[in-house]
Amino acid sequence: MKDIKHHLTDQLLMGYAAGTLPEAFSLVVATHVSLCDECRARLAEYEAVGGEIMMDAGAAPMAEDALASTMALIANANPAPKQETRSTGIFPTPLRDYVGGDKDAVRWRSVGGGVKQMILSTEGEATVRLLHIPAGSAVPDHGHNGTELTLVLQGAFADHTDHFGVGDVEVANEDLDHTPVAAEGEDCICLAATDAPLKFNSFLPRIAQKFVKI
Amino acid sequence: MAWIEEIFAIRDKQDQAAFARLFAHFAPRIKGFLIRSGAADDMAEECAQEVLATVWRKAALFDPSRASAATWIFTIARNRQIDMIRRARRPEPEDLPWGPDAEPDQEDVIALSQETEKLGEAIAALPEKQRELIERAYFGDLSHSEIAEQTGLPLGTIKSRIRLALDRLRHSMR
Ligand SMILES: [Zn+2]
Ligand SMILES: [Zn+2]
Repeated sequence: MKDIKHHLTDQLLMGYAAGTLPEAFSLVVATHVSLCDECRARLAEYEAVGGEIMMDAGAAPMAEDALASTMALIANANPAPKQETRSTGIFPTPLRDYVGGDKDAVRWRSVGGGVKQMILSTEGEATVRLLHIPAGSAVPDHGHNGTELTLVLQGAFADHTDHFGVGDVEVANEDLDHTPVAAEGEDCICLAATDAPLKFNSFLPRIAQKFVKI
Repeated sequence: MAWIEEIFAIRDKQDQAAFARLFAHFAPRIKGFLIRSGAADDMAEECAQEVLATVWRKAALFDPSRASAATWIFTIARNRQIDMIRRARRPEPEDLPWGPDAEPDQEDVIALSQETEKLGEAIAALPEKQRELIERAYFGDLSHSEIAEQTGLPLGTIKSRIRLALDRLRHSMR
């Protein structure tokens, strides 16, 4: 296990346990939990709360032939799918499923300033993308209209709040304006999800925003 | 250690009598939960049947040192609900494979079962208003941004139990 310092919030873990997060955020949560036993255990705790809520929600009588129908479902089912193989690259399995492979399979598109992205296809009001930031380069200074989750998969970045290495997730909201800068050394690859467009604080990126929908 | 024996009997012997007992206990509660979460009666019925069928198929993946039967079945129900009722895709964390000593540590199983039971009692004892807020989060009445910082939820001990089980699992994987 890597040494992860920055974890998911309780709100995100509870929302994921309840199944109410937008798909883009669920992907960041599932990817972080794949890398982080601390959040895996915290998530299991919120799932235990869900189990208790479900058991107390009040029973509704099942149809008379329900058990027989279920046995028929079992008899007609395809054999259980084989356990998925574990990821050996830098993308944990849930992310690999969205990309169609590991980092070699990413179809990067330039967004200017050396930064590249691939938007992943998800339903709902939030969006999620992979970002490739060359070592030492910055993402333009911006603020947030909603929540932004940024999970590091390779390299590292820093802003005025802290340093974020592999497995770390930064949870930013309306209160934070920042200029994330990729650390020297390895290029930074991260998974970033937002439920509202970012607010870029300079003229040029605002034009870029129209075209690339950051 | 409620229902663990039944799930293991399904896993090891395809025991239909054990399954019938599990079904009688869980299926109406899953259905009730789905209805409370906004599903129509027939959809909730179909979904609850699917959940129990999945319990049968995935019995070998149940790890009672990491989740109680109710917790594990809740996660299956939630995933089915997202899939069938909300019609959305659900990314899942990479699962940890079993190590060479596949059987979970009995001490962990007992401890987790006790902690989960305590959690249930503590939730039941919460002030009405707070319990209602938590229920609404799980019934899908609150968006993620409406879910407040959960103070007073009696969490913590289960987490350390699960951490221990995960550490052991990680260790046996090496
Ligand atoms: Zn974490
Ligand atoms: Zn940001």
